[in-house]
Amino acid sequence: MSDHEYVPNSKFGKWFNDRLPLLSLASHLTDYPTPKNLNYWWTFGGILTFCLITQIVTGLTLAMHYIAHADLAFESVEHIMRDVNYGWLIRYIHANGASMFFLAVYIHIFRSLFYGSYKSPREIIWIIGIIIYLLMMAAAFMGYVLPWGQMSFWGATVITNLFSAIPLVGEGIVNWLWGGYSVDNPTLTRFFTLHYLIPFLIVGLVVLHIWALHIPGNNNPVGIDVKKPSKDTVPFHPYIVIKDAFALLMFTIVFAFFVFYSPNILGHADNYIEANPMVTPAHIVPEWYLLPFYAILRSVPDKLMGVVAMLSAILILAALPWLDTSKIRSAVFRPLYKQFYWILLVDVLVLGYVGAMPAEGLYLLIARVATAYYFIHFLIILPVLGFKEKTIPLPLSITDPVLGGFPKEAIVKKKEGLN
Amino acid sequence: MSEKKPERREFLFTASYAVGAVGVGAVVWPLIDQMNPDASVKALASTEVDVSSVQPGKTITVLWRGKPVFIKRRTSEEIAEARAVKMEDLKDPQKDEDRAKDPEWLVMVGVCTHLGCVPLNDKGDYNGWFCPCHGSHYDTSGRIRKGPAPLNMEVPKYEFVNSNTIKIG
Repeated sequence: MSDHEYVPNSKFGKWFNDRLPLLSLASHLTDYPTPKNLNYWWTFGGILTFCLITQIVTGLTLAMHYIAHADLAFESVEHIMRDVNYGWLIRYIHANGASMFFLAVYIHIFRSLFYGSYKSPREIIWIIGIIIYLLMMAAAFMGYVLPWGQMSFWGATVITNLFSAIPLVGEGIVNWLWGGYSVDNPTLTRFFTLHYLIPFLIVGLVVLHIWALHIPGNNNPVGIDVKKPSKDTVPFHPYIVIKDAFALLMFTIVFAFFVFYSPNILGHADNYIEANPMVTPAHIVPEWYLLPFYAILRSVPDKLMGVVAMLSAILILAALPWLDTSKIRSAVFRPLYKQFYWILLVDVLVLGYVGAMPAEGLYLLIARVATAYYFIHFLIILPVLGFKEKTIPLPLSITDPVLGGFPKEAIVKKKEGLN
Repeated sequence: MSEKKPERREFLFTASYAVGAVGVGAVVWPLIDQMNPDASVKALASTEVDVSSVQPGKTITVLWRGKPVFIKRRTSEEIAEARAVKMEDLKDPQKDEDRAKDPEWLVMVGVCTHLGCVPLNDKGDYNGWFCPCHGSHYDTSGRIRKGPAPLNMEVPKYEFVNSNTIKIG
């Protein structure tokens, strides 16, 4: 099964493969040994690849009709919606596709958090993933600016103004980002350029992400190292391919529901009003997938510290492999971590909710408590837990607990832990 | 003698890197600087506004360098209120006299110093402006009184060309 042993059957295949080993690569991807206990939470890698390709294809076609100019952008989007053949469909897929992309990436990230997929030896996979996530946020933000509606314009104004919090050089940086003294045509054209570029950077990083994954192989729900290939693994094709395909089919049903039945439910009505630099909409809210970070920004009363807190909330994830001191990967065998995991998940959902509400009164108080807890989870609970927690003994292999092999206590104890 | 040769080589390496760095810098700088405000943007640096029709207590908003500028003709009560404020109560201490050369006319960039939204006229706890985005309150001199904004609204360079016309910028 090793790549070195692969020899193409045909003479031409052998001739080609000796010069460019693409067939060896294909063979590696087909035979790639995968833990046989992967559950459906592991299908989101494939789903995310689908989302990326969907965004690139619909984005390319939209770019054939869109005009990146402050005077024409809004009109050209309406032109796409009304005049261009299937323009409405392509634009709704692209706009909702961004939300679906984030939905999938959040499930993918929380899967890693539950099963400890970020831990040694997978730190680099995790960090590349965080960079991809940052690029996704940049691409989504800039894409949202392109229709040049009121939310586009004021979202761009607020987000670029975050940089003005930097002491001394802040204002210079903001004018540089804008190419002027306010968000205007130069800002729009450069955002379009970068919005077009970033997905291809993400493609490159996805290749590295998968490459780095294929060195240690997949983590799995039990979180133990798997000998590969062995009776604990199955070849990627057809086993994982068919499972991923089924999950993708389910996912596209949800996707299609949004596109065909409620294409604007995740957007804001204000963005169907053309950008007006003289009037700010009464209630500015980012897209749903950025709300938790927006809540963190607003929960800090100081401008600079608010920006620092928001950025730290994202960057702290990159340090996670070292903040989590536990050697045990899967939360299945970490009774305390499992509780804190669910509290964190609720905490992030609460942040998302208060991020959509006005920053005052009770909402502000909740946002502050939730922000504090977010940082406490990563900076205090996780490092301490690794030393204090009494974990459940791990099984020796994936197969043993299922087939009743030795040691069986692991399963018994796991069940006791649950009751 | 054999000691000297590596030193000479080190020097050549360092010198090569230094020259290379200067070359890379010279190539990269134009690519970065092209994003700064260009000549056509800078050329729009000043705007003249006819303020003869503005009634006392009213505010007009004009666009200057892509940003709204508030021109408010203040009533005597509003002026008195702005001048009565103690410096200790201000987050960004600035006398009203320094912000409005002619006390009747307050001219300032209508952009919240927090994250750049446009505050609403005659709103907020201090009878001045209120920013709907993140809740900053400004007084009748456009000074920050409450909320996350760190600074008073900026007073641009302006002058009265004649008694009816203000030139901003």
